[in-house]
Amino acid sequence: MKFILHIWRQANPQAKGFFEKHELEVEAESSFLEMLDALNERLITLGKEAIVFDHDCREGICGSCSLVINGEPHGRHRATTTCQQYMRDYQDQNELWIEPWRATAFPVIKDLMVDRSAFDRIIQAGGYIPVRTGAAPEANTQPVAKPVADKAFDAATCIGCGACVAVCPNASATLFIAAKVSHLSSLPQGQLDHKRPAKMLAKMEAEGFGSCSNYRECERVCPKQIRTDTIVTMNKLLYQS
Amino acid sequence: MTEEQPLDSFSPKGPLEQRWTQHKYNLRVVSPANRKRYRVIVVGTGLAGASAAASLAEMGYQVKTFCYQDSPRRAHSIAAQGGINAAKNYHNDGDSVWRLFYDMIKGGDFRARESNVFRLAELSTSIIDQAVAQGVPFAREYSGYLANRSFGGAQVSRTFYARGQTGQQLLLGAYQAMSRQVAEGHIEHFSRCEMQDLIKIDGKAKGIVVRDLLTGELSSHLADCVVLCTGGYGNAFYLSTNAKGCNTSAIWRAHKHGALFANPCFTQIHPTCIPQHGELQSKLTLMSESLRNDGRIWAPKNPADCGRDPREIPEQDRDYFLERMYPAFGNLVPRDIASRAVKHICDDGRGVGHEINGQKLGVYLDFADAIKEQGADVINEKYGNLFDMYQRITSEDPTQQPMRIYPAVHYTMGGLWVDYNLMTSVDGLFAGGEANFSDHGANRLGASALMQGLADGYFILPTTVSDYLARQTPLEDKDYPEVQQAMNYSQSRLDRLLNAPEPKQTPDYFHRRLGKILWDHCGMARNEFDLKQAIEDIQQLREQFWREIKVSGNDKQLNQTLERAGRVADFMELGELMCIDALSREESCGCHARVEHLTANGEVQRHDNDFGFVSAWQFTGDVVQPKLVKEPLHFDFVSPGIRNYQ
Repeated sequence: MKFILHIWRQANPQAKGFFEKHELEVEAESSFLEMLDALNERLITLGKEAIVFDHDCREGICGSCSLVINGEPHGRHRATTTCQQYMRDYQDQNELWIEPWRATAFPVIKDLMVDRSAFDRIIQAGGYIPVRTGAAPEANTQPVAKPVADKAFDAATCIGCGACVAVCPNASATLFIAAKVSHLSSLPQGQLDHKRPAKMLAKMEAEGFGSCSNYRECERVCPKQIRTDTIVTMNKLLYQS
Repeated sequence: MTEEQPLDSFSPKGPLEQRWTQHKYNLRVVSPANRKRYRVIVVGTGLAGASAAASLAEMGYQVKTFCYQDSPRRAHSIAAQGGINAAKNYHNDGDSVWRLFYDMIKGGDFRARESNVFRLAELSTSIIDQAVAQGVPFAREYSGYLANRSFGGAQVSRTFYARGQTGQQLLLGAYQAMSRQVAEGHIEHFSRCEMQDLIKIDGKAKGIVVRDLLTGELSSHLADCVVLCTGGYGNAFYLSTNAKGCNTSAIWRAHKHGALFANPCFTQIHPTCIPQHGELQSKLTLMSESLRNDGRIWAPKNPADCGRDPREIPEQDRDYFLERMYPAFGNLVPRDIASRAVKHICDDGRGVGHEINGQKLGVYLDFADAIKEQGADVINEKYGNLFDMYQRITSEDPTQQPMRIYPAVHYTMGGLWVDYNLMTSVDGLFAGGEANFSDHGANRLGASALMQGLADGYFILPTTVSDYLARQTPLEDKDYPEVQQAMNYSQSRLDRLLNAPEPKQTPDYFHRRLGKILWDHCGMARNEFDLKQAIEDIQQLREQFWREIKVSGNDKQLNQTLERAGRVADFMELGELMCIDALSREESCGCHARVEHLTANGEVQRHDNDFGFVSAWQFTGDVVQPKLVKEPLHFDFVSPGIRNYQ
């Protein structure tokens, strides 16, 4: 398979970016990132700077990878991270446009890499259950109904990749926050902190994310299929508090 | 240190079940008012690092944490799928701390310390309590109580899990605990920073040099002790189930500063990974061992059937080889045993799937019977996300046709040698999690890595680090010549990587070649001739590396090529030590199968009298001539027997 690639290059946060064109022969079984690896091997051998992009586990769980491929965060295959996209999914294409996440709160660091540390600061604002090490009671002391535990788990699978922000016309992090609130606050252990949604949402605003106006694009691109009903859960808690 | 003076682990004496309690009482503590005067550096913020940092910060110490990822939430602990063991005996099936202890000692093929393993078994129950209180959404039964499943190497159900994402949920728990301490100002965290060197002042570990991966800037950080929780070194093999960034650099730097490296050749090959599909593949993906609870492993009896659609191969022509060879444990034998059996079948010409170097490398893991018995919904509920992952990678649906699996490098039992307090042989330098060698002997049982990382981080390190600090005067802030030396060394190393005399080849080129040498000669089967060859090959490759390594860009900017080159350079040295260790251990045990020491039917043969020790290697100033120091292993409570899973 032969592709024409247009890849976003940007030397640093202040520099003006541009699309750089490359042509590449790829095997259908190659993963999307293996294709970029191959291109980078070629660039390094030519003495040129490799294309910078975030990646780590390459099995869809660490949340590092973050590419917009032909306008779609994490590419065309649904419920999947960039690292789990395979070139066979693009057999009907011959031209690919590869860009970083774009949001004010996620400034581009270099090429395809963005700064998502705002997510860490949002978690620091209240995305935890404050229990000291060693202070926990016996685990089975408090039963949790299976549907409640399952719902908490579904929300807890968020990998913090930021695709929800990248796709949102408002660049809002509401789904990210709602997932954490929904996870923690639905469990009996996490119900004490009534201010959790308010604290995290205030931090979101301070970090420069927009607010939610129900486009629900986030739900569509989320690689872990976190649903917008978590936002309903969060809003309910917000108004109750 | 000479060979005549064996290493002392300072393990407590007395009844096994009282050792940790007694030891804790004997350790010193720092009064709450004084704790803020002490500084602790934690490198690596996976399960062990994040939990240690959070716990130490809660106690009141000033903690600085570092990770190479863009957030602590991305550490590779996140990819652990199957579960975490704990001797809760919720199933009333005869489990106990003693049984978990015994299973681990036996699973590790009698090459781990009794005191450490017992302590781990003892702490396992508190970890579950802690995680549940933090909001880790473990699987539950309809009653609302916690669910358990069984795992390899055990005959009881003691594994707690959160679907196939247990590692993710536990890591997020530790990350959130750590985030709370960051918010409270007790932890200062540095993401996208990589440790370049250890700073020793008066022989004690007092700091590190890090490179800010975004700006390229080198900086030094001082503290009263240093804790390394930087994970394992499985990426020495290039293709492994580790994340791409996982590396040995921090522990290798420590090794070169005098920290002994224990059992480097003990590397676990996990039986159930998705087989390799091509030459340019960048990593391998694990399929959780929990799949072996319901999936049946088989290969065609007849090599002629290997190219056939597996669904058309009739029952009588299938060889369910694990069930045949190990009727008592069946598909749930420990990882090393399952891996070798799979390799044996493929070497026999009965492998299936893609051909790599002229050999089909794969066997089937079949869910058809489980789906028939339990229904597709039940099986999907248990393994849905793993099936999705498999389908994504291979474009085959495991509910319609059997999965193909093959062993892959997954975990390293070896690591920095630590005493009972998890302190390395460098005063003030601690190691936790996969970075140390402590608890798994020659083979790790499934669902024990999460347990060990969290036991180290939440419960052991906070206690033993406090004891160490209680005996120190807080380090004065002044100029130490050792800091400048470490900074200079780090800079010169970067310069060397950027200015090879005949730059030609990329870091990945060398990494792939090193990986192939190690996989072929220091992988699932090892022998004297091949290991000697591998040592020579690695030495040559290393020379070529320093002559021809090509890194584009410079060191004063974000440069992922330079980062990779630095990591590969360290793997090149460690790889040789792995082979030296494998060569010197003239026995087979656990994962370490020396073909000279296998029984006629392929079972490992230990030589307890000659090799009942931990091999700890000392850096002598010359990588090719490390010195062996032995820590004899004493078994007072379990007598080493033949590790029978039949």
